[in-house]
Amino acid sequence: MNIWRIVFKSLRQHLLSTLVTACSIALAGGLLISVWVVKSQAQKTFTQINGGFDAVLGARSSQLQLVLNSIFHMEASPGNIEWQDFLDIKADPNVALAVPISVGDNYRGYRLVGTTPEMFTNNEYASGKTYHVENGGSFFQPGYQEAVVGSFAAQQLKIKLGDEFHPYHGLTFNEKEQHAETYTVVGILKPSNTPADRVIWIPLEGLQNMSGHTEKASTEVSAVLVKFKSPIAGKLLQMKYNQQGNRLTLAWPIGTIMAQLLDKVSWFDRVLALVAYLVAVVAAASILASIYNSMNERRREIAILRALGAKRRLIFFSVVLEAMSISALGMCIAFAIYFVVLSVVAQIIRAQTGVVLDPFAFHPVMIFAPLGIIALSALAGIVPAFKAYLTDVAANLVPNS
Amino acid sequence: MLLEISELKKTFRAPDGSIHTVIDVPKFSLEEKAQVALRGESGSGKTTLLNLIAGILKPDSGEISISGHKISTLNEPQRDRLRAESIGYIFQTFNLLQGYTALENVLLGMSFGPGVDHEFALALLKRVGLSEKLKHYPRQLSTGQQQRVAVARALANRPKLVLADEPTGNLDYQNSRESLKLIREGCRENGAALLLVSHDREVLAEFETVFDLEKLNRVAEKLEFKL
Repeated sequence: MNIWRIVFKSLRQHLLSTLVTACSIALAGGLLISVWVVKSQAQKTFTQINGGFDAVLGARSSQLQLVLNSIFHMEASPGNIEWQDFLDIKADPNVALAVPISVGDNYRGYRLVGTTPEMFTNNEYASGKTYHVENGGSFFQPGYQEAVVGSFAAQQLKIKLGDEFHPYHGLTFNEKEQHAETYTVVGILKPSNTPADRVIWIPLEGLQNMSGHTEKASTEVSAVLVKFKSPIAGKLLQMKYNQQGNRLTLAWPIGTIMAQLLDKVSWFDRVLALVAYLVAVVAAASILASIYNSMNERRREIAILRALGAKRRLIFFSVVLEAMSISALGMCIAFAIYFVVLSVVAQIIRAQTGVVLDPFAFHPVMIFAPLGIIALSALAGIVPAFKAYLTDVAANLVPNS
Repeated sequence: MLLEISELKKTFRAPDGSIHTVIDVPKFSLEEKAQVALRGESGSGKTTLLNLIAGILKPDSGEISISGHKISTLNEPQRDRLRAESIGYIFQTFNLLQGYTALENVLLGMSFGPGVDHEFALALLKRVGLSEKLKHYPRQLSTGQQQRVAVARALANRPKLVLADEPTGNLDYQNSRESLKLIREGCRENGAALLLVSHDREVLAEFETVFDLEKLNRVAEKLEFKL
């Protein structure tokens, strides 16, 4: 029988208020951890994802639009560039790899991206990682009406090896815009947790020459993904295309462009964090209020404990510990809330961008948030604890009638 | 001598602001293992006197000495410790903790004293006839059974002195007799002195030594307000 026993008994005696208060703490803690983890993981993944390339060359436009369209397969293409532009940058001595892509068609809302086999064979989409197809499949061959489907797109479309489909014109699905060509699925990409997972890859010329496309399209590409031999090449080519030229845009470096985008929307996580902080303060205040309000009914119990020999400081610390225990219980539930919130958010982000967030990845906030909220609750517990400390033993040993 | 009181005074401020002397006991003593009853009517200051002896209240002046420890020289934590280790207290309203089982109520008393002795707690509850009710909460016990738990709890730390404040006041005749017998036997078996206050003539008739609190306490007036 010790102070923990006294705390446990008190929590059990006031079970309803314990649970309600713990739930408000859980909400605050769950929100706080979710906001921090989503913010941190999004920042990390979105600035690191580049498909294995350093830059994107495309039509004159904003660098962000080029990156979103060519790397994240979002937004509309800013326009096409000449095939010769691709050949020029490919031939540049500073360029290690240049891969053209074309967009403009979809299959049931999932974007078709035309490209060359180098995208899969000569390219690491992240350090040490290359694209692989699931067993039994292969990458497409140029000139054939073959498709390699990203893992998420295949899962959502319920596509399997050997399936055939007709592409649809445009980046949004309209069933009246079906192309006549029939493509056969020859490979399903293994999950890469990148935007490539939500794309259907076909040979470049297939997209360029799709029925219904203009003749000019066959001599154009949407963008060129570029890998430099050295970082200095980025500066040289950026000067060449962005400052000296006025027809093309070189989006470089990709990570910095994405970081600028995230900076622009960072006010949103600051608002969310502020809401979570406020909820945490309100939850701590609710601990104070619930324990403080129960003090009237507890006075006799405290007087009995004191009459049995319990010291004032034991009574004081038992109330503070009670506040901390409610908070600790709340933080346990908070992790459940966090997993639910992050799973939902991760699902949405994956569907929209192909980027996968990991709810199980450790983040220091998972330590600091519980410690901070428990400390805040301990502070809140001091007020009722002091009231308990001052309980008049003799006056409260008789029942209130 | 186990308990010695000299020139003990205690005053309280009434709601109207006036000061009232509740206790003014020039001298009182109790030998070890003695069993003494104090007769006191409502308002005679009997609970206040017991609270002073237990160290729950601090006297305005005078001295209380228990086994040679002068309570006035002890600070509050020391008085708490003395109370936990040397004094058992039985209340008219039992004062059991409602969230604790019979056994836990006894063990809780031990935890503030020399330490938890599970076997002794079980033996005490068996002695008061509650070995089948160890896990019962106070609300699941009759009033007589609740008082027996309170007796076991008061004896749990093997105290030198047991204070009993109208211990039979809330019990019917049969339970009252049984409870009183248990208290007296329990004190005797555990070597504790007993100081019992009551206004019940039949209870008082059981004791060889009965003091009249109204004669012991020089305060003539009776307080009408609730302290």
